[in-house]
Amino acid sequence: MSTPAIQHCNDFVIKFANVNGSGSASANELFARAIIRMGVPVAPRNIFPSNIQGLPTWYEVRVSEAGWLGARGGCDMMVAMNPQTWDRDVAAIEPGGYLFYDSTKPLPPSKFREDITVLGIPLTAMCNEEYEDARQRQLFKNIMYVGALIALLDMEFAAAEQLIVDRYRGKDQLIKANVNALRLGYDYAKQHLPCPIGLRVKRADAVGERIMIDGNSACGLGAVYGGATVAGWYPITPSTSVIEAFSSYCRKFRTDPDNGRARYAIVQAEDELASIGMVIGAGWNGARAFTATSGPGISLMQEFFGLAYFAEIPAVIVDVQRGSPSTGMPTRTQQSDLLSCAYASHGDTRHVLLFPQDAHECFSLTAQAFDLAERLQTPVFVLSDLDIGMNEQLCAPFEWDDSRRYDRGKLMTYAELEAGKDFGRYLDVDGDGIPYRTIPGTHPTKGAYFTRGTTRNPYAKYSEVGTDYVYNMERLRRKFNTAKDLVPAPILTKAAQPTHVGVIYYGSTAHAMAEAGAKLAADGIHVDTLRVRGFPFSDEVMQFIAERDAVFVVEQNESAQLRSLLINEGEIDPKKLVRVLHYDGSPITARFIAGKIADALTDRKISPIGQPQRKVAS
Amino acid sequence: MTYLAKPKLHSADAPRNALGYTRRDYEGAISTLCAGCGHDSISASIVQACFDLDIEPHKVAKLSGIGCSSKTPDYFLGNSHGFNSVHGRMPSVLTGAALANRNLLYLGVSGDGDSASIGIGQFAHAMRRGVNMTYIVENNGVYGLTKGQFSATADKGSKSKKGVINSDSPIDLASLALQLGATYVARSFSGDKEQLVPLIKGALRHGGPAFIDVISPCVTFNNHNGSTKSYDYVREHNAAVNRLDVILPKAQIEASYPPGSLRRVVQHDGSILHLRKVGVDYDPSDRIGAMNHLQERQALGEIVTGLLYVDSSGQDMHTHLNTVEKPLNQLGDAYLCPGSKALEALNATLR
Ligand SMILES: Cc1ncc(C[n+]2csc(CCOP(=O)(O)OP(=O)(O)O)c2C)c(N)n1
Ligand code: SF4
Ligand SMILES: [Mg+2]
Repeated sequence: MSTPAIQHCNDFVIKFANVNGSGSASANELFARAIIRMGVPVAPRNIFPSNIQGLPTWYEVRVSEAGWLGARGGCDMMVAMNPQTWDRDVAAIEPGGYLFYDSTKPLPPSKFREDITVLGIPLTAMCNEEYEDARQRQLFKNIMYVGALIALLDMEFAAAEQLIVDRYRGKDQLIKANVNALRLGYDYAKQHLPCPIGLRVKRADAVGERIMIDGNSACGLGAVYGGATVAGWYPITPSTSVIEAFSSYCRKFRTDPDNGRARYAIVQAEDELASIGMVIGAGWNGARAFTATSGPGISLMQEFFGLAYFAEIPAVIVDVQRGSPSTGMPTRTQQSDLLSCAYASHGDTRHVLLFPQDAHECFSLTAQAFDLAERLQTPVFVLSDLDIGMNEQLCAPFEWDDSRRYDRGKLMTYAELEAGKDFGRYLDVDGDGIPYRTIPGTHPTKGAYFTRGTTRNPYAKYSEVGTDYVYNMERLRRKFNTAKDLVPAPILTKAAQPTHVGVIYYGSTAHAMAEAGAKLAADGIHVDTLRVRGFPFSDEVMQFIAERDAVFVVEQNESAQLRSLLINEGEIDPKKLVRVLHYDGSPITARFIAGKIADALTDRKISPIGQPQRKVAS
Repeated sequence: MTYLAKPKLHSADAPRNALGYTRRDYEGAISTLCAGCGHDSISASIVQACFDLDIEPHKVAKLSGIGCSSKTPDYFLGNSHGFNSVHGRMPSVLTGAALANRNLLYLGVSGDGDSASIGIGQFAHAMRRGVNMTYIVENNGVYGLTKGQFSATADKGSKSKKGVINSDSPIDLASLALQLGATYVARSFSGDKEQLVPLIKGALRHGGPAFIDVISPCVTFNNHNGSTKSYDYVREHNAAVNRLDVILPKAQIEASYPPGSLRRVVQHDGSILHLRKVGVDYDPSDRIGAMNHLQERQALGEIVTGLLYVDSSGQDMHTHLNTVEKPLNQLGDAYLCPGSKALEALNATLR
């Protein structure tokens, strides 16, 4: 049977099947970055187990000149470097696709497929001949297959070579050795394989100024720019690299040039209770402090979130969401902590949440979180996830406005206290619900107060009187309303044609959603979309729902948490919000979203086209 | 319950310290604890120690967990910021506060339930980290606030007010502190201010992790026959190893002691600890010896008190972290934000 070989230029998915710990990661990254250097966007993703060495990992690179950065699904070419997963890797290739493998050891024909193109290179044999050292054989084997792929995909050898030069600048030996390995693979493929194959990369101009970085590094950098000086943390995948990045950017940017001392303090705590305790202690004492964690850590921190909420202490929590508990799917992505963060802790609490869509926003929203936390005197959560946190991605370059000053919020100063200004720690003086605070040590005789939960009056004196409690709760409600307009506004994308169907989504769903919108439009289905970027929801969000007949809520969890939050906060008729849920641990795809929305519209007999039916919001 | 403001009546001839403050300036709100509660005596000792040391009240941050003991920071140092935090988690909150501003004095107040039961983990790790603080446990062997259940420091075989015999082994926080790296470890009794006040003073001037276990009887739930934390029991079994005088660098007083009976320790900040020998030959610079002594005497039913261990060469958390001199909470934007140029340079490396 002859299935025609796939012919695609600048639009395909290539997957690398590797063994964890074999050093393939940096070679694979070299491959992805070489394509970017040719001006063609790529979206790389790691798929890895919760082990350090020996288990399978995959690295998927979606090449898309059109700029679609969400996961696509499927695989046009497999670089099968892991014998353990051979069978399923070969089976995963699309009909007409390509299989690249190490042909040192002959394999029986039953191990291959008829409908794909098989490309073998004796990588192990070549490495054994070239290198003495076992580790070198392993590492350069990876670089060698990148060289071969450059030939097969008709890529520019110089782009990869330049990357190596940039990466190892100053280390000439390393540059020479790597370029040599790259060349060996390239030459072999040129001589022995039918180069180029049907999948090709052609220079384009579709990358622009964009940078490639993972979201966790961006959060760490955002914390540096946001003025964080104290971090308390406890290691947990997929959040650990936030603190690792913070630490290395601090070493770079926050080491005092005069004496080499640190303008920051990072403490690895004994657990998440202690991490958040340190953050709250530092916030109480006037430093900008944060922690990074994931779902299990969020669970452990609950009591402290409640205290910080009621004692009104600034704190920033970066939650890189993953699948379920400790023995859940810690290395798989989800958006399943929304509710446990929004209403974290006991006793009528609600929290400010920010939803970055990519590394660019991981940077900007983390930096902003520190201003919001001090302005609102409350914990602020940055809800990232494994997909954007741990994968490098193309995003707009980071920006910083040098005229920007940190917003330290309502801090009463020595001078104001000295001048006799009335200080009530929990007093609403101007109607926004936000009281003034003093930092310990401000004034010898004025402005000190005893911090506790809620058993106190507006002047922070002990009180269990009901009216004092109610005053406080009503003020906190006003404060939360104030937050509505301070969190980043939602982003509305209007369909090309008028429609009364809307879609609400957030965070890492954004890339797949953009592509899904285009797919649907191509099929004549038009939807307006709204990307929420913060909680509490601004009025715009509720208006978007009110003005449409049906609104799909697309998210990556099983219990439709964003939908529940919208229903609860906006008193929305549940029938109006249609669930689109993806929660198998893999990143959501445009195919999935578009399919679900198209099916639901058919089932519900809703026509998306036509004039929106105006409804009066009640 | 409402807040009772304490009348600020300064009698003209009340003694004043070098800052011109009277003892009253170091007091707080009126205590709501049971009359006779040991914790109130500890509060009074803290007031006395701060007065004696000419400490500016607003340069102290007082932090506590939850319990009767943890309420007490409201009852002293009314001009200091205080934080009644979460049950068992004061050490982490204090650690964070200390990270933010290395220039304040940190006073942690906790109970035996707060530190030895729910908070044993945080207690241990704060000691390990070398947080510069004075950590006082007001140890009554019970949970006072929740009405008299045994805590983890209750002695095996001791009897509750309801007649229940405790069958679990006790945790000795002083021994733990010794093992975990505290560089100033003491034990005292709330009923012995003469011993307690100097121990608090030495701790406040120590400059590293200082821990004081103060046996502090709960008159309401644990002061009966069969309790090993009652006033009577502690008085009968108290075995002090030394008596401490704290001498500030500026003071020129040279007390005279019989030869061989005095040990002199100079702390980081120049304060001098004079340790007078009581009975036994005890070396407070010998950590292993201190641990052995505690174990031996405890086995005999004695409650060893005094300055059990001091190491004036210890380093604190900020030294380990190599943080700048200026408190982190006072660094301005220019010291913290690398700015747009640095960001553009970084962007360039990410293409
Ligand atoms: C998480 C949590 N669990 C339980 C309690 C209830 N609780 C309040 S104080 C206390 C025990 C306090 O004992 P201790 O620290 O010895 O203080 P004391 O009252 O004896 O001075 C308990 C169990 C609480 N406040 N928080
Ligand atoms: S219950 Fe016990 S510990 Fe609490 S105040 Fe009364 S005497 Fe003190
Ligand atoms: Mg107790």
